Amino acid sequence: MTTPRLAILGVVLMTAFPAIADDRVPPVTDPVVIKECGSCHMPFQPVFLPARSWRALLHGLGDHFGEDATLPPETVDIIRAYMTANAGDVIGQGAGRKFMRWVAPNGTPKRITENPVFLKEHNFPESVWKDPKVVTKSNCLACHPAATNGRFE
Amino acid sequence: MSSRSLLAIALAISAILAFAADPRRDAMLSEYAVEARRLDAGFTSFSAQRGETLFRASWNGGDARTASCTACHTADPRQAGRNAKTGRPIEPVAVSVSPRRFTDKAEVEKHFLRDCKSVLGRECNALEKGDYITFMAGQ
Ligand code: HEC
Ligand code: HEC
Ligand code: HEC
Repeated sequence: MTTPRLAILGVVLMTAFPAIADDRVPPVTDPVVIKECGSCHMPFQPVFLPARSWRALLHGLGDHFGEDATLPPETVDIIRAYMTANAGDVIGQGAGRKFMRWVAPNGTPKRITENPVFLKEHNFPESVWKDPKVVTKSNCLACHPAATNGRFE
Repeated sequence: MSSRSLLAIALAISAILAFAADPRRDAMLSEYAVEARRLDAGFTSFSAQRGETLFRASWNGGDARTASCTACHTADPRQAGRNAKTGRPIEPVAVSVSPRRFTDKAEVEKHFLRDCKSVLGRECNALEKGDYITFMAGQ
């Protein structure tokens, strides 16, 4: 008799949970983005920034946080199309909605790691960020091994 | 020595050779040799020793976080490295551990451009590229 009861509980949880804490982060599925934006760091999911931020980042790849990340124009076009179509302000739900609440209407943030939602969830002592396995806040994978799949628990 | 142990040795050697050698890497080295000769008529051959110096030396002119190739690839190319700017792990670059290294020209060129700029503050030339690959192929 336990199986059906558990199944019912499952249905209740599944319908109730997203309403309370919808933190979904759809993983990047475009192979060009995974290859070109995932070689130096993980391919960051587009929901963390608004479309205009991705446009600005892709416009300035020659000086990408001090790095030359230049790509051929046709590759940039593919990446821009994917990132802007799936940006936080376009998707408007899950973690994207949460992060976008803190982006000024005309603001063009270049970092996910400066968003107040991120800072609040990652209020760790400086020693954590200096750990040789972490190096920088943007190294999501150091602490979230399944970050690439959009799982940040 | 018994013929069986001779056979075993012969098999082991051919396995090592098959493992390390790759026609794509050889072709790449020949192309860099042609270029190196164009830059310097006195060029004779690539040197693993010069490649090791390029790999280990501390340069200035590049990014302060990456004064040397070892900043990301570690002092032992057979070990996994870590990107000093992003923290992302990097698979070993020694050919004995990662046989696919230096077989894709586009990938190799991309990194010589990017990584040399980051460390030396300029692109690497054909001589440096050939030396570096020769060093890693023996690692
Ligand atoms: C050549 C290496 C390299 C490539 C390729 C690269 N990046 Fe970066 N990226 C960096 C570095 C270095 C940083 C800064 C890391 C830090 O300081 O934490 C960075 C940071 C970022 C950040 C900000 C992270 C934060 O702190 O919130 C975003 C967003 C980003 N990159 C997007 C991209 C996109 C999109 C692509 C593909 C077009 C890409 N990157 C390709 C090296 C690279
Ligand atoms: C130094 C380790 C560390 C790094 C690096 C890190 N995180 Fe986290 N993150 C955590 C921890 C620990 C938590 C849980 C905090 C809590 O529950 O209070 C967390 C929580 C989160 C959450 C909330 C998850 C939830 O279900 O509530 C998100 C989203 C997140 N991180 C995204 C990121 C992203 C994106 C990056 C990279 C740009 C990143 N993190 C880098 C340690 C880290
Ligand atoms: C900022 C970190 C960093 C530094 C410093 C660095 N590299 Fe790299 N290098 C990388 C990464 C990341 C890869 C790609 C690793 C992968 O494909 O798994 C790579 C790969 C390469 C490759 C391509 C290997 C292949 O797969 O065929 C070459 C060539 C190379 N590096 C040369 C150099 C040289 C020469 C130096 C020093 C002048 C250097 N690197 C310093 C990060 C770095």
